[in-house]
Amino acid sequence: MASLTRGKVWKFGDNIDTDVITPTKGLSLPLDEMKMHTLEPINPRFAKEVQPGDIIVSGKNFGCGSSRETAVTALKALKVGAIVAESFARIFFRNAIAQGLAILTIPEAPQYFEEGDEVELDIKAGTARHINQENPIQGIPLAPDMLAMLEKGGILPLLQERVKAL
Amino acid sequence: MGMTLAEKILARASGRDEVKPGEFVTARIDLAMCHEALGMVSDGFRSAGAKKVWDSDKVVVMLDHYVPSPTVKTAEVHKKVRKDVKDLGIKHYYGESEGVCHQVLVEKGHVLPGRLVVATDSHTTTYGALGAAGTGIGFSEMAYVLATGELWFRVPETIRFEISGALSPLVTSKDVILSIAGTYSSEVAQYKSIEFTGSAAQNMTVASRMTMSNMAMELGAKFAFFEPDEQTLTYLKGLTRQPLTPFKSDRDALYEQTYRVDVTGLEPQIAIPYSVDNVKPISELEEVVINQAVVGSCTNGRLEDLQAAASILKGRAVHPDVRLLVIPASKSVYRDALKSGLLNVFLDANAIICNPSCGPCFGQHMGQLAAGETCVASINRNFRGRMGSDEAKVYLASSATVAASAIEGKIVDPRNFA
Repeated sequence: MASLTRGKVWKFGDNIDTDVITPTKGLSLPLDEMKMHTLEPINPRFAKEVQPGDIIVSGKNFGCGSSRETAVTALKALKVGAIVAESFARIFFRNAIAQGLAILTIPEAPQYFEEGDEVELDIKAGTARHINQENPIQGIPLAPDMLAMLEKGGILPLLQERVKAL
Repeated sequence: MGMTLAEKILARASGRDEVKPGEFVTARIDLAMCHEALGMVSDGFRSAGAKKVWDSDKVVVMLDHYVPSPTVKTAEVHKKVRKDVKDLGIKHYYGESEGVCHQVLVEKGHVLPGRLVVATDSHTTTYGALGAAGTGIGFSEMAYVLATGELWFRVPETIRFEISGALSPLVTSKDVILSIAGTYSSEVAQYKSIEFTGSAAQNMTVASRMTMSNMAMELGAKFAFFEPDEQTLTYLKGLTRQPLTPFKSDRDALYEQTYRVDVTGLEPQIAIPYSVDNVKPISELEEVVINQAVVGSCTNGRLEDLQAAASILKGRAVHPDVRLLVIPASKSVYRDALKSGLLNVFLDANAIICNPSCGPCFGQHMGQLAAGETCVASINRNFRGRMGSDEAKVYLASSATVAASAIEGKIVDPRNFA
């Protein structure tokens, strides 16, 4: 994972749950089909129009609900660059790091961004900057242990190293 | 400085004398459970080169989310899980006949006070009712756990809900936890450990405590403890031969926040779609006509839930425009309900008794809702599309409220039937 990521903003509200991110009806489909249902109940355009690197900006408690890791898998399959939220639900937060999907917590995130804004994130520094502005918005940087796992690409590459070392 | 229950367990599991909130630790896992997710976990496990689970005695696999299999695709998942169980060297496997994972794991004696338990299911917080640190993890992390027996944790801050007062008849722990969600929001325990304390918490049965710890996940909790007490140990004595030791949080343990909740006079509570913290006392709910009612799930599918529903349904019938599904949480609950005559009450009332499982709760099995339909259910989530169509609505309530509503064809106060 590169520390810098740039993309267009897609805005969502509070409490975006995992059942909305990957609706149950898509769960037993192959990934290429499942990803096309991502966030469909609240924005049917999203999966069709999202571009690699685009950034989701959301309110509180993003990814609440079940432990279905498909929520992260589908967003990664759509090549979403990063998720910015006011806060993340715990299991989603862990799953994102476990799969190397960049996440950034920015208090009151929705007030800084509009749909379609071009934004650059520095995950290491925990900042977001509109590309036409100089001053970045300071978020809450990830703890070093989490950042290290994110940079490795998640927990499975770590496991692979450990298995090899045995 | 003293430690909370979460701190004690994480310190012990990571081989330290003491841990503090905010620290990162690598902890040894005492028990790992996978349900149907094993089919996906094992892909990651193998891709990393792992072959066998780290300790065949510490892993449990269950089938519960869609049993018996409704489609060919889910049948393929089950087939893969059964094969994975053999190939990965997993000893404890409970198949389609047993019931919902969280109930079965407890009944089979796998969950003991002080243990650190992870599972591929968000409602793993349920085990806090027995004093175990249970928490849900994803598939990639589970692959890591199955291979190594370890996982990283951030030591959580602990908050306390001190619950006092006495509940009125037919008002249950489900109403208490819904009321807490409504008052303090679905984020009050984000990344945190909860301890439920106070006289009303102590007076709750183990089953009622499991309902609270189960729903604590919907408050964002990482763990949700009741201090293991005499009642816990008595309950567990019949289930395990392992030595049982009570343990408590230290008197000088540090709590980030203590919330005081008095349940005296509490009304039945309803969570309105589409979030669990959108809660109203039943007297403030507008008229909600229902098509389906569900008693069951890991939240409220235990014997006391079925007893409460049966006490209301006895000698009455389900409204002709409503389907009432009753789903015992486990084979053992099913058998007890059979022996004590509850199943006859349900049959006489024209309810549908389903096999022990997650039932319709997860949205991939029986009892799915059509567009425009409304359901009242004793389950834990009312998200959009949770139980079928995106255009259906699920209201959350206690099993008593569900039973009373099934009779009336709309959501009503169960105390009218006392």
